[in-house]
Amino acid sequence: MGWVKDLVSPQARRWEELYRNRWQHDKVVRSTHGVNCTGGCSWNVYVKDGIVTWEMQATDYPLLDATLPPYEPRGCQRGISFSWYIYSPIRVKYPYARGVLIDLWRAARAEHADPVDAWASIMADPEQRRQYQRARGKGGLRRISWDEALEIVTASTLHTIKQYGPDRVIGFSPIPAMSMLSYASGSRFLQLLGGVVMSFYDWYCDLPPASPEVWGEQTDVAESADWYNSKYIAVMGSNVAMTRTPDAHFLSEARTDGSKVVVFSPDFSQTSKHADWWVPVNAGQDGAFWMAANHVILKEFHADRPTPYFMDYVKRYTDSPFLVVLEPDGDSYKPGRMLRASQLAQYQDEENAETKYLVFDAASGAIRLPQGTIGFRWQKQKGQWNLDLKDGQDGSEIDPALTLLTDHDAVLPVAFQDFAFDRTFTRGVPVRTVETTAGSLPVATIYDLLMAQFGVGRGLEGDYPADYDDEDSPYTPAWQERFTGIDRQTVIRFAREWSATAEQTQGQCSIIIGAGVNHWYHNNLLYRAAISGLMLTGCVGRNGGGLNHYVGQEKLAPMSVWLPVAMALDWVKPPRLQNSPSFHYVHSDQWRYEGNFAALAPVGDAGHPLTQGHTMDIQRQAVRSGWLPFFPQFNRSSLELVREAEAAGASTPDAIKQWIVEQLRSGALRFAVDDPDAPENWPRTWFIWRGNALQASAKGHEYFLKHYLGTHTNAIAEDVSGEEPAPEGKLDLVVDINFRMDTSALYSDIVLPTATWYEKDDLNSTDLHSYIHPLQEVVPPCWESRSDWDIFKAIAGKVSELAAEHFPVPVRDIVAAPLQHDTPAEIAQPDVRDWAAGECEPIPGKTMPDFVVVERDYTNLRNRYISLGPGVRDGGIGVHGIQWSVADLYDELAEDRPAVHWNGARYPSLEDAKEAANAILYLAPETNGESAYRAFKAEEVKVGLPLADLAEGTRGVRYTFEDLGRQPRRLLTSPAWSGILNDGRAYSAYCLNVERLVPWRTLTGRQHFYLDHEGYIAFGEHLPTYKPKIDPHAHGDILRTKAVEGSIMLNYLTPHGKWQIHSTYSDNLRMRTLSRGVEPFWMNVEDAAAVGIEDNDWVEIFNDHGVMVTRAIVTARIPRGLCFVYHATERTLSVPRSPLRGDRRAGGHNSLTRTRLKPNLMLGGYGQFTYAFNYWGPTGVNRDTFVLVRKLEGEPRW
Amino acid sequence: MNIRAQVSMVFHLDKCIGCHTCSVSCKNIWTDRQGAEYMWWNNVETKPGTGYPVRWEDQEKYKGGWEKKPGNGQLQLKMNGRLGMLGNIFFNPHLPSLDDYYEPWTYEYENLINAPAGDDQPTARPISLVTGHPMEIKRGPNWDDDLSGSEVYAANDPNLDGMSDDERQLMFEVERLVFFYLPRICNHCLNAGCVAACPSGAIYKRGEDGIVLVNQDVCRGWRMCITGCPYKKVYYNWSTGKSEKCILCYPRLETGQAPACFHSCVGRIRYLGVLLYDADRLDEAVGVDDAALVRAQRAIIMDPHDPAVVASAKANGVPDAMIEAAQQSPVYRFVKEWELALPLHPEFRTLPMLFYVPPMLPLQAIANDGRLDVTQDSEEAADYFGTLEKARLPMRYMARLFSAGNEEEVAAVYRKLIAVRVYRRASTIAGEPDADTRKVLAAAGLTADEAQAIFELTAKPTFDERFVVPPLAREVAIESIMDPFTHKTKAGFGFRREAKRGQ
Repeated sequence: MGWVKDLVSPQARRWEELYRNRWQHDKVVRSTHGVNCTGGCSWNVYVKDGIVTWEMQATDYPLLDATLPPYEPRGCQRGISFSWYIYSPIRVKYPYARGVLIDLWRAARAEHADPVDAWASIMADPEQRRQYQRARGKGGLRRISWDEALEIVTASTLHTIKQYGPDRVIGFSPIPAMSMLSYASGSRFLQLLGGVVMSFYDWYCDLPPASPEVWGEQTDVAESADWYNSKYIAVMGSNVAMTRTPDAHFLSEARTDGSKVVVFSPDFSQTSKHADWWVPVNAGQDGAFWMAANHVILKEFHADRPTPYFMDYVKRYTDSPFLVVLEPDGDSYKPGRMLRASQLAQYQDEENAETKYLVFDAASGAIRLPQGTIGFRWQKQKGQWNLDLKDGQDGSEIDPALTLLTDHDAVLPVAFQDFAFDRTFTRGVPVRTVETTAGSLPVATIYDLLMAQFGVGRGLEGDYPADYDDEDSPYTPAWQERFTGIDRQTVIRFAREWSATAEQTQGQCSIIIGAGVNHWYHNNLLYRAAISGLMLTGCVGRNGGGLNHYVGQEKLAPMSVWLPVAMALDWVKPPRLQNSPSFHYVHSDQWRYEGNFAALAPVGDAGHPLTQGHTMDIQRQAVRSGWLPFFPQFNRSSLELVREAEAAGASTPDAIKQWIVEQLRSGALRFAVDDPDAPENWPRTWFIWRGNALQASAKGHEYFLKHYLGTHTNAIAEDVSGEEPAPEGKLDLVVDINFRMDTSALYSDIVLPTATWYEKDDLNSTDLHSYIHPLQEVVPPCWESRSDWDIFKAIAGKVSELAAEHFPVPVRDIVAAPLQHDTPAEIAQPDVRDWAAGECEPIPGKTMPDFVVVERDYTNLRNRYISLGPGVRDGGIGVHGIQWSVADLYDELAEDRPAVHWNGARYPSLEDAKEAANAILYLAPETNGESAYRAFKAEEVKVGLPLADLAEGTRGVRYTFEDLGRQPRRLLTSPAWSGILNDGRAYSAYCLNVERLVPWRTLTGRQHFYLDHEGYIAFGEHLPTYKPKIDPHAHGDILRTKAVEGSIMLNYLTPHGKWQIHSTYSDNLRMRTLSRGVEPFWMNVEDAAAVGIEDNDWVEIFNDHGVMVTRAIVTARIPRGLCFVYHATERTLSVPRSPLRGDRRAGGHNSLTRTRLKPNLMLGGYGQFTYAFNYWGPTGVNRDTFVLVRKLEGEPRW
Repeated sequence: MNIRAQVSMVFHLDKCIGCHTCSVSCKNIWTDRQGAEYMWWNNVETKPGTGYPVRWEDQEKYKGGWEKKPGNGQLQLKMNGRLGMLGNIFFNPHLPSLDDYYEPWTYEYENLINAPAGDDQPTARPISLVTGHPMEIKRGPNWDDDLSGSEVYAANDPNLDGMSDDERQLMFEVERLVFFYLPRICNHCLNAGCVAACPSGAIYKRGEDGIVLVNQDVCRGWRMCITGCPYKKVYYNWSTGKSEKCILCYPRLETGQAPACFHSCVGRIRYLGVLLYDADRLDEAVGVDDAALVRAQRAIIMDPHDPAVVASAKANGVPDAMIEAAQQSPVYRFVKEWELALPLHPEFRTLPMLFYVPPMLPLQAIANDGRLDVTQDSEEAADYFGTLEKARLPMRYMARLFSAGNEEEVAAVYRKLIAVRVYRRASTIAGEPDADTRKVLAAAGLTADEAQAIFELTAKPTFDERFVVPPLAREVAIESIMDPFTHKTKAGFGFRREAKRGQ
């Protein structure tokens, strides 16, 4: 030896000082990243010489139960790259405006003393308007002053309000949870204004409609530590190792603790590496696998050997024992509506008898009325809305029969549909005959219908499969093979292991699920197939169990207080909240490019009025029936309408409302959705902040460019459904608030520089852990940037200033509000009736939207913005239909904390974001123990069972923003959420329901297998079922596009990526360096070889919607027939021109998509199918898209 | 016996999610500057794959590490073999070129803000950080990330060399397709090739902790270290003309903090702690045949509780606090006590002090008439989690990486990893291990207590259990230069030119 010597001498090692000096720093401040990500990671940010140099994860999360691995560190490759942005050349440092517009503005301003008049003069000249619209996205940005920027923005806003009404001012910002005050700034401003706040969760297609369908809940999932409690984990459509980076360790740690991990993924994903079994199920066919697994579960663990735990669970916690009326249908029967109390003489006089449902009591052999159904929720007498198995009429114990197999009057042939092959199977179902007020009717339990639907015969007659190997009979293990590509043995073994584990552990099997399943057209069916497997084995509402849906799901913990702040409910209600999928489908004219929806997917009853026509027909019906919101509301200004009503003698709100109804009935007034392309119905001024609304989330991006912006588009699709030519350039002004020059900024008219996440105070929470922690101002906002809170405060100030001229006194406005979930409107429409067709009277809030007269005080807009208004004090706070008082806490805030005074009153101050944070923390049940206690007390009244004991022990807790700065704090147990967090227990959804018998917020109060809605039955989605994937030709992506030589057609998938959070970080040099320098196009080796594409070749990807040019990655990891472009690209970075589209600049990943909405998700007005923001409505599905790809001709041209 | 202390590392690959957070934390702090852009002191590779720089494991090309001289069997640097590199310091044909690394780039970001009004959308083209000109991106530091099933990259993994064409082809079929991640930093080897190769004597191992450093005052930029290191973990800074490498974040270690890449490891795969080794037996450890290399390296790692070892350490001046740290070292448990962590490419004979627990990967599938069966039906308890024979990657591949081809070394690790899972499943579901479980434990050579301990340290370790950073007694080191009392008053003022008077 002798080569390697140790060196000890410090003298000889003085140079080591070099690296020590680099490490030294001046300050460390806790903050995090307000990006649209569920990480919710607390970071320490390092400052040296006044400059942010780097960040490291904070590791001081309070420990949970000692049996669980700790939460540290949290923070991924993307988050740790953030410091690159702050001083980078892509940073927006100053306000910018399009030069063309600035020239027009300055000329107009020279002519007009008043800025609103100046703006009006430009808008009045179509040529001027088109001039700057056509320049959108094409360079020529010019630095302007904040003063000038604020004046233009405000002029456009006030002009829109005056000319068309405030509901033509719209705003979009993604999921609030990760920087909730930054979100609230813009939404608060807009709601005070009367503007429209647009949804995100459904638009991103991250909302799983199955969750409202089954649970009446937007989404509720376990925190990641609870994965560790699971002994069997099925991961499907979710790539946790890549997209839940800080949580993924719990999966591998659960594995070490003996959990089995099965990963369903068509590609060998990063998470497949952690699987015991990697199941390469064909893309979008997970539902078929689960339907067959459920067949095995029902056969072996329910029918052959009724597993006691499973039997007890489904009886108590699901709708299985409820009775469904069978309707004659030719030679057989079909499942109809649930049997209602109103149908039986014994129960018809019950309050809300139309919405109380019935079971067959095994003990008494009689039909009984269990408590906890929705009629009990909204009746006057409180305390019967619970899952205690008692009769609601006499309080006696009941034991609902799951099956009538051994105690039936008859076995009737019932028809079940096979949508894959357009067949019907007739299967025997045991029934009882019930004497109703309309004669005797056959009824079956939902449990028996499930058995029949899944093909478990139990000795009954009919078209039941012989065994597991019956390939033709849905839903056997053999049947699913042709769809999934997975052998029957895998299904059988999986179902057995799953059930055995669930039985042994009492429900500790879980599913981690996400976009890979949820982004398909039939996502609700795919989800319900899997959820059925959970419910049948008692795995919901248990620690270690449940459906853990992780895509875009974010949890804004202090929701009950944040909501009034964010939506300005402390001053005005209701807010104007829009479901974005409907909005963009309609306003960006994407509806025009498709025909009738029946071409896309089969329905159950093709003759039903709801299952025919164009999606726009259902959309319009949904608006007039109050199922969905739509803005603008009417084809006239909502301010003008109130004035007209008053002029016509309507002085009270009720009179005004009635005047509106009459106007609508007579046709003198129309809903804007009935004629969305008329100029008076266009959205006009659009605020975009915290997001990339024109690219990353813009499904149908090229249609946005055409119809919203009026600039160049690469779409070539044919307008097949409109009458007149579609308008181009609907929007007067697009304002983007941003810290980086992303695609949305590039295409906007005004770009305002915002503070980054290290330059402002804010709050952050997520559902992947149970802490709340802050963003903090590590350094002051750099250059001319300001925080979002301060930007909207400044705009509010400018509005107040200019309003002195244009709206000197408060004005009245009328807001159209759809029927709302968690309100009595849930029982408004047990049956579908269209007032416009004369099927019923137009009654606001019952058969149509409600109309509410509110006041807008524009001169005091800024004052209201910075003051927590009296609505919170007087109305209390609430969530999910419960309400509690915080008046004393409000008064404490106003007296002891920073306050503002105006018009002789004193209000808690929201002047800066930190004060707003402290106000929220002081009132919210998750951060104030007293508020939690009161919330449970309020819940006790409704439920009639003890609950407040859950909050006794933490009643004295009060968190402040300063506390959070010192250490993340764990949330308190609250009825706003369904998990129990006490004593370090990991959060798991629905534990409150299972353990404390609080009903789910559904029709039966239980989890639903059966969806009792006239429309659902018509669409054939009342029972869990399988519908085939959309045919590529029917989908219509490639109708006008020519399949040029050397191209291949592929199914185009856009899963979440490794090097970005949506588009953020995708332009960050760190992330681009660690990947391919572009956002590449992933394809299969053989597909690539077939068209002569090699790894790193430039390729052109195209369809009717647009074109993308990027480089290919070629690998066997991607299966044949599929391609990936990871979500989301910018079209700003390294994008060449497209030879196929006239050598124009190619687009991004959303240049290849177009929105299609699933019509049955627009139905509403009943039970869990009533509207709430980001809770109900169609979603922006995109996985059924097809593209062509070819090698780029020649060298890329820039 | 000649006991010394070495700060050592374990990376648990079963837990690695390939996120590269480690790489970025290092980049932010240490190599985010001109001349260092392409340096990734910490990088993460996808295996099978070619790595960074490309095919770095191919020592026929790069001539890194040591080899036994034909004839006398004595060790010599491979680079000094037939060519006699030391006589040729002005010409080194085995250095990786820019093509083997990559040309660092940025983008014309400014164009997005400053582009004049035109008829189409502006874009930000890639620009070379070396030339400042527009460039085509053809390679990067992580070019084959997640690229299993690539005929260009995965298929050219040097570790596939021992496999038949059929075996190789299978790896690209859905039944066998797989990848995993290999994070890499400097191994801070006991028999470091870089130290031995440096003509200037600029590279040394720190006596107190074994960290290998390139003295930036002494380095003359010969770049022999780059060839000498078989792991290609020394980089030449083209701006300063000196070589640089991972410093194991000694400024952080010296202040009681884990290195940045360890701290930031969000998969919680990393462990750091002190090992005590017998420096007298290094020759012995590097001189054995390939198959015995792992065992030989393990043999010179000594029991920190053994009084004789402690006495020798003390005699060598190892501080008591360092010995105590060694006694609590998680690395000792994984490497020596449980024999779960193995060195990467021990056949390079540098005695790397970073050890890897190999990953468990999904079972192979079987194609039945075009339908895939992934279950490999079997009634064995261990089969709940699969068995060695049915792993997607052949044991031979893992053995090429972690045991110089000795498959039994790797198989023994897998038997234990599976046994721990079987044991924990039985404990958490049934309450206690049944006969089948006891059989699995026995076959793996584990007691229930050992299985429990392995589980605890793998699944639930806290920050402080993963990283047992020894006190590095800076006051003592500083004292040999300056009274720490004085140092306290002067630290941070840097160099100050003395006033020149009277001239």
